Amino acid sequence: MATTTIDPVNVRGGLRRRLSRVLYQHPRLRLALLLGGPIVWLLVAYVGSLVALLVTSLYHYQTDPTGLVPRLVTSPSTTNYQRVLDAGVYRTVAFRTIGAALSVTVIDLLIALPVAFYMAKIARPWARRALVVAVTMPLWAGYLVKGYAWRAMLDPAGGVLHEVFGHSPGFGLSGTVVTLSYLWLPYMIIPIYAGLERLPNSLLEASTDLGAKAGRTFARIVLPQLRPSIVAGSIFTFALTLGDFYMAQIVGGTTQFIGNIVYREFSANLPFAAAYATLPIVVMIVYLALARSSGALEEL
Amino acid sequence: MKHANRLAVLAVALVLVAAACGSSSKSTTGGGSTSTKPTGQQTLGAGEGSVSILAWPGYAENGSNDPKIDWVKPFTAATGCKATVKYFGTSDEAFNLFKTGQYDVVSSSGDATLRMVADQDAAVINTSLLTNWNDLDPLLKVKPWNSVDGVVYGVPHGWGANLLMYNKNVVKPAPDSWGSVFDANSPYKGKITGYDSPIYIADGALYLMKTKPDLGIKDPYALDDTQFQAVVDLMKVQRPLIGEYWSDYLKEQDAFIKGSLVLGTTWQITTNGVQADKTAPPVAAIIPKEGSTAWSDSWMIDAKAKHPNCAYMWINWITKPDIQAQVAEYFGEAPANLKACTLTVDKNHCATYHAGDAAFYGQLSYWKTPTAKCLDGRTNVTCKDYAAWTAAWDTIKG
Repeated sequence: MATTTIDPVNVRGGLRRRLSRVLYQHPRLRLALLLGGPIVWLLVAYVGSLVALLVTSLYHYQTDPTGLVPRLVTSPSTTNYQRVLDAGVYRTVAFRTIGAALSVTVIDLLIALPVAFYMAKIARPWARRALVVAVTMPLWAGYLVKGYAWRAMLDPAGGVLHEVFGHSPGFGLSGTVVTLSYLWLPYMIIPIYAGLERLPNSLLEASTDLGAKAGRTFARIVLPQLRPSIVAGSIFTFALTLGDFYMAQIVGGTTQFIGNIVYREFSANLPFAAAYATLPIVVMIVYLALARSSGALEEL
Repeated sequence: MKHANRLAVLAVALVLVAAACGSSSKSTTGGGSTSTKPTGQQTLGAGEGSVSILAWPGYAENGSNDPKIDWVKPFTAATGCKATVKYFGTSDEAFNLFKTGQYDVVSSSGDATLRMVADQDAAVINTSLLTNWNDLDPLLKVKPWNSVDGVVYGVPHGWGANLLMYNKNVVKPAPDSWGSVFDANSPYKGKITGYDSPIYIADGALYLMKTKPDLGIKDPYALDDTQFQAVVDLMKVQRPLIGEYWSDYLKEQDAFIKGSLVLGTTWQITTNGVQADKTAPPVAAIIPKEGSTAWSDSWMIDAKAKHPNCAYMWINWITKPDIQAQVAEYFGEAPANLKACTLTVDKNHCATYHAGDAAFYGQLSYWKTPTAKCLDGRTNVTCKDYAAWTAAWDTIKG
């Protein structure tokens, strides 16, 4: 009988076979083994830290006139959120950060569209490959290195921009926006390039055959097809700018973003830092909801 | 839906766990009202083979900035403790990093030490395990910023003043007052710098202490509501004058070398760096007539240090006279170990930096963590604590 003649040389193979039979017979076990690790990671590290953030944001410090440091009160209250809403500076900084994120997104989009179009539709194959490498190359260099390189570019006293063009935005909000636009540009070009590559040339030809000029072809054919790619790219540029704080420190002069305040408050008033840090999360949820309602996410 | 229910249960469980962790780790804060004095580690055992050091730039040089400047590798050779060094730019950064528990030992300024003690991050130090304790300057030992009720948490390292640096080609006549960085009509508008930390508010307080006696400021770190408001208003006057705030001293150094900054607060190490650069304009750094805010730094050990023996060995190493002489000259500060004074290359070093000079030491206002209980001894008012200083700094930067 087959069951009594197990080949002793092949015990490992037999084990393996038995294991695969068990897995085959229990699809749920199979699924658990496949997804167990990632799900535990997602729940504990990802959702867990978010929950911890939200819980912490409901604590608050109470001035203790006798102690060394303020007393932490853990009964939930909205004190911190109230402060975010009441003090004008936190609103100003929030609008400044969101404004910078939108500016970076628009600048990157305006640069990325023609570059990606050239790469996907005009450049010869070898030039296309070279351009893809050239666009992604800055991603190999360190974030800080690029930040300090931009200090040398923006320096109002003898920086590269000042020497070459006679004018530099200097260290400040506009300098930061320019630097961040540079940093996140590849994240906008690559999805648009991929989207354009998928767009059949025949569509463009048909549009021209039917009498549409370049502008109309772009507005009626290319742009609607590209929308998911643009939304994907903008999620990168917007979210990355929203969460950035170190460039404001390197090239921002006196500028501060949401992240700078969160970082500072982290050591003095952790619950408040947590409350303020939920703001970019809310903004991102709104942004993603808008992207979703526009239907762009389904087409990704 | 069964699945939705399970998820909900899990989410609630997570919230509870997070809440429990959050409260249990903090609920013990503020204790320490023990009847017997804690004594810290009893004996110094063999080294653990490595030590993780968190330090101000220039305090733990391993030759990576300048191959000739290295007292970390000799430490490893002498003790077998392989040292990794992490630098920080502000006391807040030091506090945040030390809190993670990844570092065995930290060089902490007076505006961070008490926070570290209150957060239960710092270990009680057994001074009988310290080989150089008796040689350390008595001006710096068992002080309010490195001890609590006589229990030692910090071993003095060195001290110095925050200086006013200026570009000699541009700033004429030479400034002699902190008023030059608070003058709304300054001709150097946009080329002035400030230190990017809430503790910099004390510089404004020191200036008002000397120039507006009506406010009655006795200690720049003990400000009641009225005094604090006046100082914050002054800092807001300064804000439009500022080209860049700095917290990374190398950024300030770079800007003074290039010339985009010409005037503002600095550390001696930054000035040394600018002066060592051949392309830099000439700069000078002075203590203005109002005096200065200053720092007095102490080494502290993590309460849960993984390498406590190596941490003690590091402190014993860094407080040795010959090493103290090297650090003090490299950084530009007064050493804590006065025996270092005979070993410096520049024989006038200790005189220049007033090491051991009690009269001079007393003129400076050392960084302290502002607390609600006024540090100047007033009991009829409540002072602004560090959280309030931080919130004000958010507003000043705007």
